[in-house]
Amino acid sequence: MKYVIIGNSAAAIGCIEGIRSIDKEGSITVISRENWHTYSRPLISYLLLGKTDTERMKYRPDSFYEDNNCTVMLGTAAVKILPEQKQVITDDGKSIAYDKLLVATGSNPFVPPIEGMDTAPSVHTFMSLNDALALKKDLTPESRVLVLGGGLIGLKCVEGILHMVKKITVIDMADRVLPSILDADGSKIVQNHLEKKGVEFLLGNSIVKVAGQKAYLKNGEVLDFDNLVIAVGVRPNTALVAEAGGKVNRGICTNLKCETSIPDVYAAGDCTESYDITCDQVRVLALLPNAYMQGETAGINMAGGNKLYDHAIPMNAIGFFGLHIISAGVYDGECYKKVTENSYKKLFYKDNVLKGFILIGDVARAGIYTALIREKKPLDSIDFELIKEKPQLMAFSSRERADRLNNGIKL
Amino acid sequence: MKRVIVNEKWCLGCHLCEYYCAFANSNKDSMVKALKDVVINPRIRVEEKDGISFAVNCRHCSEALCVKSCIAGALSKIDGVVRINKDKCVGCHTCVLVCPYGAIMPSEKGVMQKCELCLQNACGEPLCVKGCPNKAIELREVTP
Ligand SMILES: Cc1cc2nc3c(=O)[nH]c(=O)nc-3n(C[C@H](O)[C@H](O)[C@H](O)COP(=O)(O)OP(=O)(O)OC[C@H]3O[C@@H](n4cnc5c(N)ncnc54)[C@H](O)[C@@H]3O)c2cc1C
Repeated sequence: MKYVIIGNSAAAIGCIEGIRSIDKEGSITVISRENWHTYSRPLISYLLLGKTDTERMKYRPDSFYEDNNCTVMLGTAAVKILPEQKQVITDDGKSIAYDKLLVATGSNPFVPPIEGMDTAPSVHTFMSLNDALALKKDLTPESRVLVLGGGLIGLKCVEGILHMVKKITVIDMADRVLPSILDADGSKIVQNHLEKKGVEFLLGNSIVKVAGQKAYLKNGEVLDFDNLVIAVGVRPNTALVAEAGGKVNRGICTNLKCETSIPDVYAAGDCTESYDITCDQVRVLALLPNAYMQGETAGINMAGGNKLYDHAIPMNAIGFFGLHIISAGVYDGECYKKVTENSYKKLFYKDNVLKGFILIGDVARAGIYTALIREKKPLDSIDFELIKEKPQLMAFSSRERADRLNNGIKL
Repeated sequence: MKRVIVNEKWCLGCHLCEYYCAFANSNKDSMVKALKDVVINPRIRVEEKDGISFAVNCRHCSEALCVKSCIAGALSKIDGVVRINKDKCVGCHTCVLVCPYGAIMPSEKGVMQKCELCLQNACGEPLCVKGCPNKAIELREVTP
């Protein structure tokens, strides 16, 4: 069996591990546009922060490809899939034959068209290790940095570089930060926290024009800057599959086995859409755990196993300068709210199940809540009042607790 | 595969397991040196309410969500035991987000800590099990 994987990040690694859990023999070829050993993409901000380095941020050990008997083509991009011939064409003109193909191409940063942006001396996106290294090279203790986008990637970038520059201003069209994971009150807490660290925010605003080192904003203000970071969002890399005739919406369409509409072509990770069980909708869930698990599911199925990726939920753990935020699910239904000086909690529940939650500050044992969402645990089968207070296994019946704690072993 | 099994019927709620855990992971040679005037941060935690108590530590799940979700590649499963590479961990808390047992938590250094069945410290076998006075925590051979 010949397996070919396009991409070399979380979804690709999940796929390799999924394949090898079943098939130790088949050949695996990895086509990777980036010229790096597989690394943890979310760690690029920690790299700039000094909490990791290019060795430690490797997503798997140096021996990984060898241990898993993979051929890796680093610095090589796939340019075409020929589904009839079952071949992938690369940018150096090779054609690689496959029996089963995984597309794990992730996403690309979206760069909005802004007049005069090419006149600015230092413009960066923040998606890859090369992006992070290039940004770092441009920064000095005197740098005034504009970050366009107050979402997860923009703010993680802020955390990564704040200590090495003079000033950071975050500009976002939205009127609050992290709107994809927080409610309005939660956004305020995070914004205040970052402001205390010295970050400036211009919300409900945008850059309409750039001329050299001047940015002209929607509200008429003009800002002088040295570096501009664009972090307004990402777009799934769907082109290879679309051009090969596969079904694509915002992301590549896949079924629960992670198959695309093209026979023997699978897709996983940020380039795909998946079925979100918390809102019964198909959407792009651009998160590393989802990418890994989708990739693993694809790999198992490619190798002849049988696995469904049917527990996808939006979920996020993120932190800024020691303030931790964990959230999951959708913020729909009745809300239980508890706010203290150092913590913020909201639980959302409806139709006898937990739909979503937001925790800021005190995030201990949050996974107990996440499991309630993922398993759609009927709330009347647990002590919901108790678990509202704090996540704990005491809220389960003693029989269920015994099952859970002891992996079903009878005592 | 060896697993720590907890039986709440026998748990006295004495919290000794927490102290043994803290000692085992302290790199100190005596319990007094390890624990005197220290607020412990053990990897096993006792829950208690209305006369019921039980200890919770990592279950080394067969479908280990923490390993699959770790954004840093710091968690892995080696010979059936979920291990953490603290050099790679950046303390992002994604494992806290996904662990259904709430059995992984930050260490004093900010990176995560979890029960590794005492394989990563000098004990080599779970000290909580050895120290439990009522055999409420046992190490058993189980088939995966
Ligand atoms: C700064 C930052 C912080 C983040 N923080 C978090 C976080 O805290 N938690 C979290 O869950 N997620 C986080 N994410 C998101 C996370 O990184 C992604 O969800 C995850 O990397 C997706 O993995 P993937 O394998 O699907 O795709 P990617 O990691 O995007 O990898 C796709 C790979 O495919 C390659 N590729 C694309 N096209 C081709 C081609 N034609 N030929 C060959 N190779 C190709 C790309 O070069 C890339 O290396 C963060 C992302 C960023 C940028």
